[in-house]
Amino acid sequence: RRDSSGTSRSNWKINTMIMKTNNSIYLCRQSFFPSRNSFFSLIFSIFFFLMESLVCASFIHIHAMKVKVLSRNPDDYVRETKLDIQRVPRNYDPSLHPFEVPREYTRALNATKLERVFAKPFLASLDGHRDGVNCMAKHPKSLSTMLSGSCDGEVVWNLTKRECVRTLQAHEGFVRGMVVRFCGTSFFTVGDDKTIKQWKMETPGYGEEEEPLNTILGKSVFTSIDHHQKEGVFVTCGQQVDIWDEQRSSPIRSFSWGVDSFSCVRFNPVETELLASCASDRSIVLYDMREATPLKKVIMNMRSNTLCWNPMEAYNFTCSNEDYNLYTYDMRYLDKPFTVHMDHVSAVLDVDYSPTGKEFVSASFDKTIRIFPKDSGHSREVYHTKRMQHVISIKWSSDNKYILSASDEMNIRLWKANASEKLGLLAPREKAAVNYSQKLKEKFQHHPQIRRISRHRHLPKSIYSQSKELRVMKEARRRKERNVRKHSKPGSMPVVTEKEKHVVTVVK
Amino acid sequence: MDDEDDEELQRALADDIISASEDEGGSDDERKHCKLLEAISSLGGKKRKKLTERSEASIQVSEFTVNAEGEGDKIHLSDLIGTLDKTPSALIKTKKQLKNLQHNQSTLETPLTRKETEKIQREVAFEKTSKEVSRWQSVVLQNQKAEQLVFPLNQEPSGPKRIEQVVAGWKAQTPLEQEIFSLLRMNKQPLHDPVLTPTEEASLRAMSLEEAKIRRAELQKTRVLQSYYEAKAKRGKRIKSKKYHRIQKKVMRKEYLKQFDEMVKTDPAAALEELKKMELSRMKERMSLKHQNSGKWAKSKAIMAKYDDGARKAMQKQLEVNKDLTQKLVIPADEDEEDEEESAETLPDFVNDVEPILDQVNPWMRGKLSTEPMMEESNRLHPPVWPREVGKPGEGRDDQEEDEEQMEETEEESLLRGFEERRKLRQTEDVKVSDDEEAGLSNFTSLFHGLVNHMEPPADQPKAGPGLGQGESPALLEEGLVRVRTLEDVELLSQDISASDTALLTTRDLGTEETDTQSATQQADKKRKKMIDPNEVLTKEAKVIEMPLAPTAVEDVEDKEEQRVIIKEAFAGDDVISDFLKDKRKQEEAGRPKVIDLTLPGWGEWGGLGLQPSRSKRKRFRVKVAPPPPRQDQKLPNIIIAEKRDSSIAAHQVCQLPFPFENPIQFERTIRSPVGRTWNTQNTVQKITAPKVVTQLGAIIEPIAREDLIKDIRQAVTGPSINLESDQGPQKKRRSQQKKKKAS
Repeated sequence: RRDSSGTSRSNWKINTMIMKTNNSIYLCRQSFFPSRNSFFSLIFSIFFFLMESLVCASFIHIHAMKVKVLSRNPDDYVRETKLDIQRVPRNYDPSLHPFEVPREYTRALNATKLERVFAKPFLASLDGHRDGVNCMAKHPKSLSTMLSGSCDGEVVWNLTKRECVRTLQAHEGFVRGMVVRFCGTSFFTVGDDKTIKQWKMETPGYGEEEEPLNTILGKSVFTSIDHHQKEGVFVTCGQQVDIWDEQRSSPIRSFSWGVDSFSCVRFNPVETELLASCASDRSIVLYDMREATPLKKVIMNMRSNTLCWNPMEAYNFTCSNEDYNLYTYDMRYLDKPFTVHMDHVSAVLDVDYSPTGKEFVSASFDKTIRIFPKDSGHSREVYHTKRMQHVISIKWSSDNKYILSASDEMNIRLWKANASEKLGLLAPREKAAVNYSQKLKEKFQHHPQIRRISRHRHLPKSIYSQSKELRVMKEARRRKERNVRKHSKPGSMPVVTEKEKHVVTVVK
Repeated sequence: MDDEDDEELQRALADDIISASEDEGGSDDERKHCKLLEAISSLGGKKRKKLTERSEASIQVSEFTVNAEGEGDKIHLSDLIGTLDKTPSALIKTKKQLKNLQHNQSTLETPLTRKETEKIQREVAFEKTSKEVSRWQSVVLQNQKAEQLVFPLNQEPSGPKRIEQVVAGWKAQTPLEQEIFSLLRMNKQPLHDPVLTPTEEASLRAMSLEEAKIRRAELQKTRVLQSYYEAKAKRGKRIKSKKYHRIQKKVMRKEYLKQFDEMVKTDPAAALEELKKMELSRMKERMSLKHQNSGKWAKSKAIMAKYDDGARKAMQKQLEVNKDLTQKLVIPADEDEEDEEESAETLPDFVNDVEPILDQVNPWMRGKLSTEPMMEESNRLHPPVWPREVGKPGEGRDDQEEDEEQMEETEEESLLRGFEERRKLRQTEDVKVSDDEEAGLSNFTSLFHGLVNHMEPPADQPKAGPGLGQGESPALLEEGLVRVRTLEDVELLSQDISASDTALLTTRDLGTEETDTQSATQQADKKRKKMIDPNEVLTKEAKVIEMPLAPTAVEDVEDKEEQRVIIKEAFAGDDVISDFLKDKRKQEEAGRPKVIDLTLPGWGEWGGLGLQPSRSKRKRFRVKVAPPPPRQDQKLPNIIIAEKRDSSIAAHQVCQLPFPFENPIQFERTIRSPVGRTWNTQNTVQKITAPKVVTQLGAIIEPIAREDLIKDIRQAVTGPSINLESDQGPQKKRRSQQKKKKAS
């Protein structure tokens, strides 16, 4: 083979023959290894080694031994480009590829390990605010634009460059809420100075003053604002829930129902005329913009801070509660939540759904962010860093790839929604490999090793100990209840499910 | 009085206006104004209006400080009735009612308080909205069940767009081009290459993919039914038993009769038609003279009749039939029942006429598209040009043929249904049924149903997700203080688990064993004093067996003895216990490490046949292995615990059946089927590993829009209504038309 550069025909012939014999070596070895007759295979390989020098002789030998050899000439297949891989015809006969389960199991195990190794969710921190960041807003038309309002003013960010594009002093005091108009050309802010201001999205030209398009002076402080999905209507809340037309300076409708302060109000993104608000009397109130009165109210054990509608399911919403839990409700059946999501160890301050409606992310006072599947009681992911303080606001980007968290210590952090995901464009083969490993993980998810590895998360010590403490407390409470039940008259202590526990009443 | 005053006032006012308009000078103005005021004041001197002072802004103030009369006064019902008096007849009725009301002494109920009304309003509004929101149920469930969701929803179909979509303002310029295009346009041909013809577009519009699938499934079903029926008919034909055929005919006739009776009740016109048809067939029969002696069969029978009684009878019957047929019916309505018997030969035709199952609405079932008639017209208009895409002129006829075929299919189906019913009857009589076909058919129908069910909107009530039973679902994460950064860490993690697992196990074991331990410790001392000799323990049992048994009941002692002897004899060679002990010893031996002898003969010594390596050398190269840990069953006399079981594998095995699975077999099956490319073809792998949620890089995902819902609902309405037996009316008409055509 050394003189394979030779162009004569005979040389070429010899070359091909050698190649063929190599093929046969390979195949023979393969066929003999499973028999574990190591001695024989050793002999055989020696034999083939010798054979390389005596090509013709070896051929005779092969035929004498009746070893069937499949040899395929790669030249039979014409590649599109020379960079293409040689096509290898496969035989899918299951007997030729044994041990499929163990092999796939090891692959799955490796995939999970790699996933954990590559799980680096933290992408960037946007710093520049000089006070805690109180609220954020997504841009409905641009993925790279994001707005944030702090306790002193507010800022527009460009996410791709990770830099601040524009700063403006919107209010005196806190910026309580902000929302971008559905068309993306302007945005609204409410602040502690009892005003609602509408701003242009474009930066003012050189020499122009930074001035709001409109300013509405209200009677009381507004705490939250949200805009209608399709019409020029927005809603604010404070002492009451007001619905405003963009063209008018007084609300077209206001709802109040025995409560004097609301913390959050949200339009339903699907059934666009519906609203829900969280009130300080521990209630969640539903409204219809077209009706004169509110619809219904559910009062819970503790106050809900914020809520978010599911963008793909018109009637489901999730609220973040002071009692460390989140509750997903079906708005038609308010008497008990659909699912209770636990895992946080302190009050949950904000919640936002992923645009696919399959998951949501929650921000908590315990300095962590958690991602919950929408119908699971526990989180699938927890994000935290040493420097992140109480997380006040959270948003899931509208391409389902990123999460933005705004926290007390003046920073906005950018996270990956899927911790181990490779960002950017993937080659088709890469994509196929990702899909395959995903499928494998899913297939073997119940196997103890894989489960253990995929579920392991690091937690700061304080949170870890606190969650442990909570678990003990809960267990103790349960045990006590069980004992009381055991020692009381049968039937006198009804079993109250976890879902029912947290709802006080539903007011019609 | 009042009336007169008013008239005067009006006159004065009118004078004033006229005069004011007449003289523009304005010198008289003041005078006239005074005059007017005087006139006004003189009119109703007593009841001159006071100018009310107004202290706050109100809507009712006019700039002339004119107040409505009696503004401050209370209005009585009687006042209103007074004004009603003047108005003519129409209001008399209401006046009466009001009077009645006035006389009515009972008080009205007080209206509900504001709180209560609001509550009612809220409830009503909530009902309304929740109903509105519930429309989304089907969409939500569908999305939940979907195997793959691609976001953003409602993307435009990828791939090359049509030329006409891309190029908007292109025009044919040269005369040749114009001529060609005018020709094409005349024939409704596509002007640009990839564009569909209007008919094709119409057909596309007429049916969505789902509908097409459903219809295809329908057709498949009918085809299967047809083949099944054909096979059955063939089998039936091959049966030589005359009795069988006779019975068959009888059954057919009966069925037909029943149907006819029904028809007489429900649709007399159709029944009459039927009768006419029968008459027609009778006439034909009569003309053909089939039932006389001239036929081949009849001739053969005639020969046989001399010898054979049966043949003679058959001949007679034939003649009778002939007589019946040739006799003209006087009152057809009464005698058709007899007639039917004769028409048994031609029965299939009639039977088939009764239940044609073709769906007027369903173009597939008709074998035509709904826009076909228009097409045909256009064909007539432009007969000569028939290039590639549109069907040839003969297609119309083809369609008709197809139509007829379809018809036959349905006929067969109707027959088949009869067969099915009878089959059910027969099953009770334990008649053998051909299994394979049946199975295939049922398979198919189940598949078909599955398909249909898949199309149907899902159940209404939302299922509370797996969520929390008692809010106690297991955590998805295992949070700890260990940070995993590298692969080594991960490895450590997996090692940890095995340790922790065992720890868990031991603690669990401790929990369970706690009760036992106390009693066990008491006896432990005794046990430790002497090693238990398994032989002793076990042979004791053997002794027990040999003990004479006290008979529980009075029986033949001798008999028992005999039995025992027999058993003893039979198992004379077997010593189970010693066998067991031997086994155990063997296992122990196997587990004990063997001494490895590494001596090589002839190395450093003389070698050859019959020469042993020296003892010192053998000693030197003999490697002793450290003894293994004591066996687990060392102190358990009657147990063998296999030491070969690998605990390291156990750490990788699933010990509990995971949630959604119902039995281990199911779970194992999912594990056993490989996913990778090594075992599956490219396409299968792609299909299997397709992710559940696909998002596009850099695409904004909008919330689901209301248009989707509307589209979905429309689909649900038009989509799956697969009732093969629906809509017989129009079918019948068509059929009769065809008959007429044939007749003419």
